[in-house]
Amino acid sequence: MTTTTSPRAARDTEPLAAGQPRPDGAPGHGPGPAPSSGAHPTHGETGATLTVVRRKHVGRWVTAAVLTFLAAQFLFSLATNPRYEWGVFAEYFFAPAVLSGLGLALLLTVLGTLLGFALGTVLAVLRLSPSPLLSAPAWAFVWFFRSVPLVVLILVFYNLGYLYPTLGLGTPFTTDYWLVEFQTTLTITAFAAALIGISLHEAAYASEIIRGGILSVDAGQLEASAALGLPASVRFFKIVLPQAARAILPNAFNLVIGLIKGTSVVFVVALPEIFYTVQVIYNRNGRVIPLLLVACVWYALITTLLSIAQYYVERRFARGTSRVLPPTPLQRVRSAVGRWWGSLASDQGATPPGPGGAGRAAAAALATETQGVTR
Amino acid sequence: MSAPALNQPAERAEARSGRRAGTGAEVVIDAVSKSYSGTQVLKDVSLTVGAGEVVTLIGPSGSGKSTLLRTVNHLETVDSGSVTVGGEYIGYALRGGALHELPEREVLRRRTRVGLVFQHFNLFPHLSAVQNIAIAPVSLKKLGKDEAEERARALLSRVGLEGHGDKFPRQLSGGQQQRVAIARALALEPEVLLFDEPTSALDPELVGEVLEVIREVAGDGTTLIIVTHEIGFAREVSDRIVFLDQGEIVEQGTPEQLLSHPTQQRTRDFVSRVL
Repeated sequence: MTTTTSPRAARDTEPLAAGQPRPDGAPGHGPGPAPSSGAHPTHGETGATLTVVRRKHVGRWVTAAVLTFLAAQFLFSLATNPRYEWGVFAEYFFAPAVLSGLGLALLLTVLGTLLGFALGTVLAVLRLSPSPLLSAPAWAFVWFFRSVPLVVLILVFYNLGYLYPTLGLGTPFTTDYWLVEFQTTLTITAFAAALIGISLHEAAYASEIIRGGILSVDAGQLEASAALGLPASVRFFKIVLPQAARAILPNAFNLVIGLIKGTSVVFVVALPEIFYTVQVIYNRNGRVIPLLLVACVWYALITTLLSIAQYYVERRFARGTSRVLPPTPLQRVRSAVGRWWGSLASDQGATPPGPGGAGRAAAAALATETQGVTR
Repeated sequence: MSAPALNQPAERAEARSGRRAGTGAEVVIDAVSKSYSGTQVLKDVSLTVGAGEVVTLIGPSGSGKSTLLRTVNHLETVDSGSVTVGGEYIGYALRGGALHELPEREVLRRRTRVGLVFQHFNLFPHLSAVQNIAIAPVSLKKLGKDEAEERARALLSRVGLEGHGDKFPRQLSGGQQQRVAIARALALEPEVLLFDEPTSALDPELVGEVLEVIREVAGDGTTLIIVTHEIGFAREVSDRIVFLDQGEIVEQGTPEQLLSHPTQQRTRDFVSRVL
């Protein structure tokens, strides 16, 4: 790849070309046509155009080749090793029991995330209160629910009836529930125990993520909102939270993606989510690996969808942080296809109103669209 | 202007009488003292700024001029003394000879009588210029959304930024951002406008455009208190210049008196250094 440069640009590149140590410390004469200082004319005076020879990155190519080989080796074994039993995998991938297990995992994830983040937001705000009357309880909550393992939480809520056979409202400090009274074991089902445990656990982690986001917002923003007399709710929801979201979102998606797999702990209360389901199946038929793969591929699919969602949600909240946002991968592909189609069209050149012209127009339209992305 | 209910009817009448569009309110700073962790930044400062008057606070760094400015809209609380705007305490209600802290909602309402322009603009980066200006009138239910945005665009053209309404702050230059910030402060039609070193964060060639806007605002009858290091601008725009040093007012007077014939040695030293 060579580029002709103007005399001015050539002067700018001179210090590098003149045999000085390179910025990365590599010796000046690696493989490829490295310039030796003797070969350089005093171009500044002659005004001759010089070509710039790009450095060859041999290490990168070697590393990429090794990685490609290892990946190919693994993919080849996946396809050819009969012990993966892809037939069994295919048989169970859409099995009703597996799908309902997946449904349960998703339901617990969605509800746990919603409840966890709602409670976590409240906790974060309390924790940031200047008054210890509010911040200390929030700190204690986070301390407690980050200390207790999720499995233990779920088990304790499931067995709450052992500690408190009835729950209700009545005279304080007694079990005289004369207003309302429930049988604990009937009220807190396995699903309720799992959901309560997951929500409280998630809330503790979410509150720290949200608190970090709020702290990342410049204090000047709060001063400006206060000076304008904006009410507290507007300050929080319209000024602080949208800016905090930039710092909150990557960690929040981490937490959600962790939770989708974390829901597998609900097996302790015999809830058949996807991981528990495949375990039951392989304990019966002995096909351990293909059934584990069924669960893993489902988890990977969900994670993929969440990652794509993350990209676009983060992009939405990046509004105003840079002058022009880079195009999305989809826009990049479309513009590349447009360029390719355009170059194809210009090769066919002299066939005026045919598909070539239309292709060029389409390519131009796509290119403009891509450049025009400002948010 | 539909103000939310006030606490007492008498107070309401008083508030109304002081409020005509484009009319400034009197600011009375009475014996204000303030300390930060043992260091006294304001020492028994008293200053009265008349309705519609333009007063500039000058002084060396750390003289307390920014702190004094911020006590006017209660962004800084005071340890002793009091500040009133148009006869109203911003953060307190006077009952039985004591100042009672007001609930936040009431503080916010009273604060809208005073606009503040910051050194670092503090525009909301995720909102467009128009949204930055319209958010306060809309949130405080003074204007509907469409009306507020229409007015925001009018204010933008007043500060010379016609056609920039849909840009985000980061797409504007420093001088343009500060002009949006001034338009934002004007959106609530404040009776008092405070400027906290409005040009200190700007590149030298952008200072002029911001001063031009302040000059224009100074002509419309709003009370202006300006903290600045632009002595030439202070001389031109001010009715009165106040020199502060080490938390106290050393000297004040017309620009001519203070800058050309200072009576105090500290003023003379400062003026000779900055002119």
